[in-house]
Parts: sequence; C-alpha cells; structure tokens
Amino acid sequence: MPGSPESSLIHARGLTKRFGSFTAVDGVDFDVAPGEAFGFLGPNGAGKTSTMRMIGCVSPVTDGTLTVRGLDPRTDGPEIRARLGVVPQQDTLDTELTVRENLVLYGRYFGLPRAECGRRADELLGFAQLTERQNDEVEPLSGGMKRRLTIARALINQPDLLLLDEPTTGLDPQARHLLWDRLYRLKQRGVTLVLTTHYMDEAEQLCDRLVVMDKAKIVAEGSPRQLIDRYSTREVTELRFGPGVQERLDGQLDGLADRIEHLADRVLLYADDGEAVAVAAHERGLNPETVLVRRSTLEDVFLRLTGRSLVE
Amino acid sequence: MTLPLRVAPPLMFGSLRAFRLIERNLYVYRHGWIVIVSGFFEPLFYLLSIGFGLGQLVGTVPGPGGTEIPYQLFIAPALLASSSMNGAVTEATLNFFFKLKYQKTFESILSTPLSTADIALGELGWALIRGALYTGGFLVVMVALGLGVSAWLLLTLPAALLISFAFGAVGMAATSFMRTWQDFDLIQLVVLPMFLFSGTFYPLDAYPEPVRLLVQLTPLYHGVDLVRSLAVGVVGPSTVVHAAYLTVMGVLGLLIVSRRLDKLLLR
Ligand SMILES: Nc1ncnc2c1ncn2[C@@H]1O[C@H](COP(=O)(O)OP(=O)(O)O)[C@@H](O)[C@H]1O
Ligand SMILES: [Mg+2]
Repeated sequence: MPGSPESSLIHARGLTKRFGSFTAVDGVDFDVAPGEAFGFLGPNGAGKTSTMRMIGCVSPVTDGTLTVRGLDPRTDGPEIRARLGVVPQQDTLDTELTVRENLVLYGRYFGLPRAECGRRADELLGFAQLTERQNDEVEPLSGGMKRRLTIARALINQPDLLLLDEPTTGLDPQARHLLWDRLYRLKQRGVTLVLTTHYMDEAEQLCDRLVVMDKAKIVAEGSPRQLIDRYSTREVTELRFGPGVQERLDGQLDGLADRIEHLADRVLLYADDGEAVAVAAHERGLNPETVLVRRSTLEDVFLRLTGRSLVE
Repeated sequence: MTLPLRVAPPLMFGSLRAFRLIERNLYVYRHGWIVIVSGFFEPLFYLLSIGFGLGQLVGTVPGPGGTEIPYQLFIAPALLASSSMNGAVTEATLNFFFKLKYQKTFESILSTPLSTADIALGELGWALIRGALYTGGFLVVMVALGLGVSAWLLLTLPAALLISFAFGAVGMAATSFMRTWQDFDLIQLVVLPMFLFSGTFYPLDAYPEPVRLLVQLTPLYHGVDLVRSLAVGVVGPSTVVHAAYLTVMGVLGLLIVSRRLDKLLLR
C-alpha cells in the first residue's frame, strides 16, 4: 500500500485499540490522501467508531502508528483537533443552547473571534437549511435536522478534514439524500471526508475509496468499483422460492453461476450475465416465486469476504 | 501511561481555553439568571433569622483571639463561608454530574482544542464566579448592617473564593466517582454536619477536647475561621494555615478531576 506519514493526511500502521483484554481494532493499516472521500464499511461492532475516535484524538491509541497531518495524536491532540471537523455517531449537541448558539460557541472553543463565529454561524445555518430554526431549542429538532446541525457545527473551524461516524444512520431516505448532497458539496470544495457506514449504498455514493472492516480487521481495500470487480461478478440473480423449497434444492442449481450463496430467504447466483442465469434456471424446471437480476453491490462484496450480510 | 504529564502543564500554568467553558455557562444562564439570583438570598435569610433573632438572646460570644464580639458578627462570616461551600458543592456535584453523565456537552468540547484539564478548570472557574457574586452581595449587606468593622473585611472575598475553589474541586472529584443520583446522599451526609458543627453557630469551646480536635481537621472549620478572623480583623499565623489547607485541598481535587475526566471521557 502506498502512503507515508508525510504524503498522507492520515497514516495508520498496525493501529490497535484494546479495551481491557478485548481488541476492538486489531492492527489495521490505511492511508487517507488529501481531498479524497474515504470510507470504513463494516457491520456493527467492526471497530469503525473506535478507529474514528483514535483519529479524532479522543481515544488513546493502544498500539501501532497513527499520524494525522504528520502529527501524533498522543502528543499533538489540540493541534490536530484545531483543524478537524468531527461528526460523532451519537449527536452531542448542547441542549442548553439554541441552534445558533451551538454554532457560535463551538467556534469560540476553537478560539475564533466572536464576530467571525457569528458570521460563520449564519453561513452554516444556510448550508444546513436551518436558518428558520436558528433561535429554537435543539431538542425538538428532527433527527435529520440535528444531524445537519452537527455537521454544520463540525464545519465552524473550516476544517479540511471531516470525520463522519455513520452520518445518516437512523434517518429517513429523504433526510439521507439531503445530507449526501451536502457532503458531496463539501467534497467538491476539497474537504477530505472520512466516513463510516454500514450502508453499502452510502459507501458507493460517497466514497472514492474504502476499506471493508470486519471483526476489528480490515479485510479489503479499494474503490467501490474495484472491490466489486475483484470480489464479485458483474450481475447477481436473486431467486426466492416458496416455503421449504429452498432446502430441497440440493444440487439443482449447480453450474448455473460462478458462485452461489444460500441466504435464509433467497439464493444469490453470481455471474456476469444475470439474465442468462435466470433463463437457464427456468430451463432446468425450477420455479422460483420471484426472480431479480441486479448489478453487484458492496453488499455482495461483504458477503463474499465474510460469509455474512452487512446489515443484520 | 503518560497521562499525568499531559494533564499537568495546563493545570499548573492555567490554560486560557478554560475561559470558553465560562463563556458557555454565561450563555446558558443568560436564559436562567433567576436561578443565580435566588442563591444570594439563602445566606441572607439565615443571617436575618439566626443572626438577629438569636443575637438578641445571646448577646456577645468570644471571637477570634478571644475578644467578645456581637453574635451577629460571629455568625455572618460563618454563613458567608458556608454558603461559599454550599454554592460550590451544588455546582460541582449535581450540575457537574448532569453534564458529565447525561449531556454530551463535554464529549463534543473534547473534539475541539480544549482538554479535560480545561474543562475541569473552566467548570470550577464558573463555580467561583457564581460564588463571587454571592459573596459580594453578602458583603454589601454586612456593611449595610454595620457588621463591617475591619479593613480586612475586603479580604473575605478572596477567602470565600478559596473556599469555593477547595470545595468545588473536591466536589467535582467526588462526583467523577458517582454512579447514580442516590450516591449524592453521601455528599449531603458530609456537608450538612460540617455546616452545623464547624464552629458555624457557636464557638468550638462548647466541645470536649477530642471533638474539638476532630472538628479542627475538617475543611469547613478552616474556611469559617479564615473568613471570621478576616471579618473581625484578628489575623495571625492560623490565618495562613487555613489558607494553605484550602489551597492544597483544591489543587489535589483538580488533579484528581482531570485524571478522572481523562478516564471517563477519553476511553
Ligand atoms: N469503551 C468501550 N469499552 C469496551 N468495549 C468497547 C468500548 N467501545 C467499543 N467497545 C467494543 O469494541 C467493539 C467495536 O466497537 P465500535 O468501534 O463501536 O464498532 P462499530 O463502530 O464498527 O460499530 C464492539 O464490540 C464494542 O462493544
Ligand atoms: Mg460505530
């Protein structure tokens, strides 16, 4: 893997986090280049948050090397954090302050002059589409609004590196798309995005490059396209059978596709031409209740790498 | 671990970033200033009821150095010291616990350049500012009632702040070990007897020797005697001992809080 503490914005080698005897992050290596959108894709408990907290200098590194902008989180925490934007997994908005005050005071924590904080707060309220709610309490805001406010808050110090831990988990589709749009704009402005997610569509939408994390380890690395090309076929044919039928198929699907995965409720057949697989299955006299031919996604990559689905 | 090293410098030399926490509290209390004003009246009501009510019956009592002083003058500094303790303890226990356990405010602040030591300093600084407001108000009332007999009275303000500092820091340290709201009954179990028995309402001569020695070990005794000797104008070596006791107590408390905040918030 290329990358060095000098050329990479974030550089990790053998990065490890232990809680007592439990290893949450087990010797991971990765590099994040300036300007890219980099993702950690993995199921709950994979160690994504633990990794992000170490990068954000709010969790001591147990072992290995980690540098952010060439600085060491152990000794240069305040300096690193001064140029970092952080969107934690759980919203940590200040419930004793109004929407606008949350932004202004956060700017003050970074040592910005009061007038500048006000100016940036107004601009960010617009960016987060919260201008109308600026004098409201934080608590009654919807989940999507709170998330947008958290992102706006993370931008008050005009960071060139933004850490987003599951930015859209728990949001409805409309709120997610609005957020994705905002993140996409930031990326276009040259802000480096580092995000975690367990949604493969989010990873595909936002990430130039990502690592797949499972059980504290990184199991694959590449762009979404590369990962799909490397670990999956172009298309997937999903067959759903009536109750009990799938269990009695034994061997009838053999040879239909490059690879076959049996899930609890359906069978996935991996081949470059999904339509042909569907036809062939029909010719063998199989009568699935539904047939779906689709393109491979990161979900398929994850299944291939770990034998499990991304979202339980 | 290198944690103590990392924490010590900002604590020893004071980080200006801690002021941002005070600014935050000013924002919060801008909406709730009435809470602050109410804290001013409690010691005043005590002074009026006990000081002047009982004062009629008691007349004079032996003050610092053994000189007879009016009971009002005996009790006013003690109420000042106790209210400094109470104000700081309330801020450092209940309010601090709420922020620590239920609000994510500190967590979000730690993603900025501020450190746990800044948070400890800033929150304590806020408790001191509140304390100073009450003390200042109380002193004005004392002077208005003719209880200000000594130029040393001016020094009771920093003395009261020292009491707030000591109890605030130790209170925060204790709070960092608390798990539930019930645990705070323990704090009341310590604070209330101190308030009642630290020579607040009557001279320590009332106690048999062993009890007197025990009381003299408690922090509020040092606070009360410090403020009282300043208010009466009888200053001596014991005044310095009191101040030193409270200073050491506060610094130890702060060191513990910073270490504990590291453990609780930077996992
Ligand atoms: N403070 C902690 N103490 C003990 N275990 C923890 C702590 N934080 C996380 N873990 C454990 O570490 C593992 C990885 O957690 P996390 O990094 O939050 O994963 P993810 O963000 O990918 O869901 C989980 O098994 C979690 O229970
Ligand atoms: Mg997580």
